[in-house]
Amino acid sequence: MGIKVIKGGMLTTVQDFGRIGYRKDGIIVSGAMDRFALEIGNLLLGNASGEAALECTMIGPKLLFTTDHLIAITGGNLSPMIDGRPVKMWSPLAIEKGAVLSFGAPVKGCRSYLSIFGGFDLPKVLGSNSTYLKAGFGGYKGRALKNEDELSFNVTYKHKGDVFNWSADLKLYAGFGDDNLIRVMKGPEWHLFNEESKAAMFESRFVITKEADRMGYRLEGFPLATTEPMEMLSSAVSFGTVQVTPNGKPILLMADHQTTGGYPRALQVILTDLSKLAQMTSGQEIRFQPVTLEEARAALQQRVKRLKQFKQTLTFKNSSYEQWTI
Amino acid sequence: MKERGPLIGNGNSSAPSIFDPDCIYLQSIKPLIMRPALSTLCYPLGDQAIVIQLGDEISESILRYITSICNFLEEYSFEGFTEYVPAFTTVTIFYDPLVTDYETVVPLMEEMLEAIHEDDGAVEPTTIDIPVLYGGVQGPDLSIVAAHSGISEEEVISLHTSSEYLVYMIGFAPGFPYLGGLDERIATPRKESPRLQISAGSVGIGGGQTGIYPIETPGGWQIIGQTPLNLFNVHSTQPALLKAGNRLRFFAITEAEFDDLKNREDGY
Repeated sequence: MGIKVIKGGMLTTVQDFGRIGYRKDGIIVSGAMDRFALEIGNLLLGNASGEAALECTMIGPKLLFTTDHLIAITGGNLSPMIDGRPVKMWSPLAIEKGAVLSFGAPVKGCRSYLSIFGGFDLPKVLGSNSTYLKAGFGGYKGRALKNEDELSFNVTYKHKGDVFNWSADLKLYAGFGDDNLIRVMKGPEWHLFNEESKAAMFESRFVITKEADRMGYRLEGFPLATTEPMEMLSSAVSFGTVQVTPNGKPILLMADHQTTGGYPRALQVILTDLSKLAQMTSGQEIRFQPVTLEEARAALQQRVKRLKQFKQTLTFKNSSYEQWTI
Repeated sequence: MKERGPLIGNGNSSAPSIFDPDCIYLQSIKPLIMRPALSTLCYPLGDQAIVIQLGDEISESILRYITSICNFLEEYSFEGFTEYVPAFTTVTIFYDPLVTDYETVVPLMEEMLEAIHEDDGAVEPTTIDIPVLYGGVQGPDLSIVAAHSGISEEEVISLHTSSEYLVYMIGFAPGFPYLGGLDERIATPRKESPRLQISAGSVGIGGGQTGIYPIETPGGWQIIGQTPLNLFNVHSTQPALLKAGNRLRFFAITEAEFDDLKNREDGY
């Protein structure tokens, strides 16, 4: 018993924290684009923080619940509804057997996470439930959800009718900054760019083009150039690496990026700001703000501290977690 | 006897650094036991990885050092270590920034470089033989390579099967090997517009490189044949057949042998 997919939505995939340890074999990490939203969703339900959830993109899916259960929706606001009535995000949500969860217009952000109490009953592939779309493995049959798919849950939820009149404090979630600033460190090849390009990277704006998906966002803006034409030997890249192609356009690598790349790595987005980036979409502007390794660490520590406080609040609110299980 | 090389790129050294001085977070690490001309540097890739760079050219000697580092990391990881990615001249080591940090990892890397030796990464003496059905449906571009090289298709096969290749790195796709050793006479430019679909196992030539596509993918290389071997098996604990440092050879098989081997591979 679990969910039956009525409509798959634009791109709905099973994702967790990613497939770790196989990049040396050319196997990408995959995983949730917005890992912070995924983590909060799981914490709300008392799940392990990296439990796999459904990542819904722009146009969310329509799902029939074939059992009573407990869910949480976090990340981008894609107007979630149960049986046509808007429901709260960032909160545990009891849903009844026969109810339909659907999504409406994207209000803010573009990726929503549907976490399930106890998680989905799916086999792990190479240690992870993340969907590797290109290689066709992991997640649900190695692909995005489509009509008629059926997913079952790991546990049953026996407290039908529970009402949760609280939700997570949104200040916790860094994804929805009101600015378009993305903090970056200089990349390994930053020094090879000419002076105008170096200045433009931090002073001008870059627009996310229509070519923006889980692999990466192509950006449009001041044409960036290295001082001398260069042939680079391929080397590792990472989630958040900004590579510059020979036509001067940057590509921001996202969760499904290849393990190695042969273009100069001009910038590297800091870990803390990847969630914010994951919620940005085509047409939006980005400004890169240079920070040091020190500042990157401080930003991460601040977030970890907030998350810790949140966990404490949760323990207080949900001292009854154990009761939820069978 | 191990010879200690000079410290390179520390600001006091006259040795040229390949990096700009205003990237202050770049650090030199002691290029112990390395060839004197081999500059050894480390630098961060954002706030969760450290890159160790050995020189800036493709060479077997560098590959051996890279392989030594990988072998070392397989055996002795450190607190916060998550994974490593070897490439032509770099090993990128990812860590959990909530557990450790760059400044903590650098001295560990120094220790590691003191402990390793080029010979530790000696390429395995065994050579992996890759059976290939050349030409036909499996190798639609064999004639293009022959025409471009001004030789017969048989001669292309003969040249392709007579070299020994070295796997320099794995990247681009699961288990995709970047190979060194292609005979220059059959180097052929990539296709002007890439094919949208190349079958798993396809053997191609792209410029001066040759390689095998482990999974079905779009690609621009000239496809001269196909191997029935699975280069990538997701159900194995070692999902990629090849790894950096491996040597391999291609040998030609008939269609019947191809079918037979393919059935056996898929039977797993």
